[in-house]
Amino acid sequence: MTRPTLRIGGGSAWWGDRVEPAALNAEKGDLDYLCFETMAEATISAAQVRARRDPGFPGYDTYLDDRMRAVLPHCLKRGTKIISNQGWINPEGAAQRIVHWLREFGARRVKVAAVSGGLITDRVLQLTDRILENGQPTATLQSNLVSAEVYLGAEPIVEALQQGAHIVVSGRVADPSIFMAPMMYEFGWNALDHVRLGAGNGLGHLMECGAQVTGGYFADPGFKDVPEPWNFGFPIAEVEPDGSAVLTKVAGTGGAVTLQTVKEQMLYEVHDPANYLTPDVVVDFTTTQLEQIGPDRVRVTKISGKPRTPTLKVSIGCAEGFIGEDMFFYAGPGALRRAQLAKRILEERFKIVKLDAEEVRIDFLGVNAIHGEMSPKDRPEPYEVAVRVAARTRTREEAIKVGREVDGMAVSGVGMTGKRVPHQDRTREIIGVWSSLVPREKITPSLSFYES
Amino acid sequence: MNVLLQHVAHCRSGDKGNTSNIVVIAYDEAMYPHLKAQLTAERFKAFYDGTVKGPVERYTIDHLWCMNFVCQGALGGGVSRSLCLDNYGKTLSAGILGFELEIPEGLRGRLRGMRSGEP
Repeated sequence: MTRPTLRIGGGSAWWGDRVEPAALNAEKGDLDYLCFETMAEATISAAQVRARRDPGFPGYDTYLDDRMRAVLPHCLKRGTKIISNQGWINPEGAAQRIVHWLREFGARRVKVAAVSGGLITDRVLQLTDRILENGQPTATLQSNLVSAEVYLGAEPIVEALQQGAHIVVSGRVADPSIFMAPMMYEFGWNALDHVRLGAGNGLGHLMECGAQVTGGYFADPGFKDVPEPWNFGFPIAEVEPDGSAVLTKVAGTGGAVTLQTVKEQMLYEVHDPANYLTPDVVVDFTTTQLEQIGPDRVRVTKISGKPRTPTLKVSIGCAEGFIGEDMFFYAGPGALRRAQLAKRILEERFKIVKLDAEEVRIDFLGVNAIHGEMSPKDRPEPYEVAVRVAARTRTREEAIKVGREVDGMAVSGVGMTGKRVPHQDRTREIIGVWSSLVPREKITPSLSFYES
Repeated sequence: MNVLLQHVAHCRSGDKGNTSNIVVIAYDEAMYPHLKAQLTAERFKAFYDGTVKGPVERYTIDHLWCMNFVCQGALGGGVSRSLCLDNYGKTLSAGILGFELEIPEGLRGRLRGMRSGEP
């Protein structure tokens, strides 16, 4: 007899992630749960801005249809439940859309839950005190405030499952909690059991970035070779009741699950590894034991936990102006000297047009546009160089000047300049993200249920 | 013998606000003590001079041969405000692959990605 394990699969690591491996996990992963993570730090605020401008924007993952069409038939066949944060600023709308797809696939009486209650834009200034990044009062953000949302934990998802939901779609929930909720529900873990929740949330963190743990963010030819890197499988965790697990992927997929891929993901976006704060528990990764027990099978044990903090993290998005940017390029002998003259011309032109910017950056892609000041100064000249120009401004009118002056370089600049005809808006709005803390008891998640 | 870090360890960076964390993991248990002794937070900060503008703190998990360098002021004011082309700092970890380490000659056979004729 093998001991009972819970099979949890990854369906996405971010909004733009590939859909095919999610479908493969649903079809061949023999999953009890398929979990989707689709948000970045600024996703909620960006969705708020878009919703204001575009009344037709439904406010949930723009790839919701693609993802659900790809996985639902397999999930229905196997009885795989789905947990997802694709609800963004409209979990109820997302749940109803999922119900639509369930009916399309002929599934009746399937219960879908929407988890909301984390959006606190209208009361964030009353509920919070200081900005974590700079110690200033959150009141200083008032004039530019776009949106504020709390990172909810796994508990409301667990409650939705207890009430019979087959699919749970939420707004902002801490990424690892999406993956841990099924463990809490299936194994009956208590929300204050920091030992098991530490292990579970640690596993959630290993899963939340999808193929990043299965070799998808790993290959470096000759140093770290990865088989078939065009054919990655998303991760599967075979979780045991004590929070130990084996990480693996669907057989026959490319990529790799090794001690190295797991270690890289374990500390991804982690600061102090002994104190990784989540809404559910404080995870301690320093006790983790990893063992390669077979090809593409890593056993993860002894991730530990400490009691959760009395506060929840709030993400506050603010309108902070605009970025204008563009690029043009040079090639052949002397590419860099022409690029350098182009930079000088642009600096002077920005004075002529009185560009009012908080910061301007003119870099040479191929030399220093990515790593900035640390880039070595003693390297041979590249054969091709792009001049990349960016400025941060208070108004869109100022940001537009960047692209307009790059336009000028087409015939009023340097010999042998290469340039694209502008085919898209070269300005974008900045949604700056700040953090604060809110007392846990001030936040009440809400559930609503729909049925196909 | 002097070798580049890329032969000894692998890396990944992650972003949170204006802070980048860069994980450096030894390929081999025997390499780890040399890595840990030489790649201090101070030398790491000096290597990223000008690009990492704030303090650097180092955390280690010895039994997994891992070090985590938490670098404040590394992301141009934060992902959404940064004017850097790589505003998430995804490529930042690759920089440290060029850090020079001194490794005992006896460990030559454990180096990754060595081609004949390379120092």
